[in-house]
Amino acid sequence: MEIILRNIHKQGYSPDISSYITEGGYKALEQSLEVKPGHLLSEIKLSKLVGRGGAAFPTGLKWELAHNAEEYPKYVVCNADEGEPGTFKDRIIMERDPHLLLEAMAICGRIIGSTQGIIYIRGEYFDAYEILKKAILDAEKRKFLGRNILGSDFSFNIRLYRGAGAYVCGEETALLDSLEGKKGQSRVKPPFPTFTGYEDKPTALNNVETLSNIPEIVLKGGEWFSKIGSPLSPGTKLYCLSGNIHKPGVYELPTGTPLSELLGKYGGGVEGKLKAVLPGGVSSSFLTDRELSVNMDYPSVAKAGSALGSGAVIVINDTHCMVDIAKRCTEFFAHESCGMCTPCREGTKRAKEMLTGITQGSGELSSLELLRDMRKVMYDTSRCGLGQSALNAVVSAIEKFRDEFEEHIAAKKCNLGICSG
Amino acid sequence: MVEPLEQIFASCKVERKELIPLLQEIQEKLGYLSDDAMKAAAEFLHIPPSAVYGVATFYNQFRFVPAGKHPLKICLGTACHIQGSKLIMEAMERELDIKAGNVTPDHEFSLDRVACVGCCALAPVIIDKKTVYPRMTPFKVEEVLALLKEENAHGRLPTNEP
Ligand SMILES: Cc1cc2nc3c(=O)[nH]c(=O)nc-3n(C[C@H](O)[C@H](O)[C@H](O)COP(=O)(O)O)c2cc1C
Ligand code: SF4
Ligand code: FES
Repeated sequence: MEIILRNIHKQGYSPDISSYITEGGYKALEQSLEVKPGHLLSEIKLSKLVGRGGAAFPTGLKWELAHNAEEYPKYVVCNADEGEPGTFKDRIIMERDPHLLLEAMAICGRIIGSTQGIIYIRGEYFDAYEILKKAILDAEKRKFLGRNILGSDFSFNIRLYRGAGAYVCGEETALLDSLEGKKGQSRVKPPFPTFTGYEDKPTALNNVETLSNIPEIVLKGGEWFSKIGSPLSPGTKLYCLSGNIHKPGVYELPTGTPLSELLGKYGGGVEGKLKAVLPGGVSSSFLTDRELSVNMDYPSVAKAGSALGSGAVIVINDTHCMVDIAKRCTEFFAHESCGMCTPCREGTKRAKEMLTGITQGSGELSSLELLRDMRKVMYDTSRCGLGQSALNAVVSAIEKFRDEFEEHIAAKKCNLGICSG
Repeated sequence: MVEPLEQIFASCKVERKELIPLLQEIQEKLGYLSDDAMKAAAEFLHIPPSAVYGVATFYNQFRFVPAGKHPLKICLGTACHIQGSKLIMEAMERELDIKAGNVTPDHEFSLDRVACVGCCALAPVIIDKKTVYPRMTPFKVEEVLALLKEENAHGRLPTNEP
């Protein structure tokens, strides 16, 4: 069952507009021009599609809010910043089937009443940028974008904007500030971007993968989509497999596919003996071999105490020291915290210091409890998701591999010889 | 004012939201953001130099000293970390005899760390401008460097000489 990669996996398919049209591309946009935006909106709501960028917010509801907002101009912003380590799915879509994304954004514009789309694309994605640039020109030539699309009264343009390298800019409000030429620091919410988004105008902001579902939903109906995969967050999900796995890569599977099946049947099995898995990147909590039966959909992974996030499934085998990996996670967040709010700015730094101390043989047992408390304070008081989830991986590592941490602290050494003194 | 900057300004609107694309273009032309270039950008957009500096230092992409001819970046993202990127970094620092964040005295190489470049299925990776070197090992680091050094050397040879 593939919705998003269905074209890409066809023999001889190219990112060219003619390939896309041959496979029925832009039919959904054509169809959208013939019906009322309100009708399209009810199909999106019926589909129960939720955001694939990490927060799993219902897309139909988001677009309804933007649709109902009465200020103009409105904007459609695509979040293509893909910065969560271990995530590389949006890049595949943009490089191999760029028109899928463009068509989806135009349909979103039609629904919410916007004539301007912006793609905020990660700075390091050179190829994706060039491919999208060409795709936009080709779509304009064929009247799928630009003024009076396909002879209708609907006009829609798409602009590309290259990010400058800051993980926090993947957070929607930081992204909007960055688009306005500022430091990418999160805004206080509410107001939400659906009311006060780009240049303080109503904005529908979505992830690349989320949007890529839209053309098929328009063609086949919301009900069709809602019956795929797990009922609470239906559809498919792109899982990015990396780490100690035989066949790393992007796999599109119905939501709710068990983790064990993803690793075994699709990933070709773990390299060596499994120790831990991060099911949703470094912002999520570690799962162990006891939790492999978890169904990979948003509510189920949350119930297992972790998060599906962007779908970065990072596999770790028993040659790795969990203290070392936890330390690496804290280094990442300490570097990427935007510094706007104190709990996150200071908390990520202190966590990094504590973990560094533990790996160097100067750690204290009390740090383990302190880190747990810090996670709670940061969860409760940080302004955005970065600070709120920064200590998830660390604290779950302490909970599930406590003996490794205690050993580093008491014996001042790493049994695996990875942490240097 | 440095001449290439005038060209860049000529095609840029005087709007605050143009700041980041403007800095990106300047860096593409000059290889880095010099103090003078940042001051010129501030003057052009009618914003304080401190605002330009604040934005420039916020983003990882911008650099304030010229990069090497080969701006090597080693990914230390989680997926690469699991596949041994630490050893790659150590090997590179040893081979180039510089620490991450620095440039070799001959300006041929600079070395920086990044956190994930979206090539995690090829981990661990090294990036040189737009080229990605996949599945690195400390041994392959030596190979890549030998290749790049040779390329550098030949690049300077007059083409017709025997
Ligand atoms: C620190 C941080 C980084 C994020 N990075 C991304 C990202 O790279 N791409 C993305 O689509 N969403 C990212 N998000 C989630 C966005 O804030 C937002 O929820 C999402 O783009 C909304 O689109 P969706 O509803 O289609 O998922 C990030 C959130 C946080 C807190
Ligand atoms: S939680 Fe962290 S990243 Fe988010 S606004 Fe606060 S300091 Fe910035
Ligand atoms: S972690 Fe290195 S490319 Fe993603």
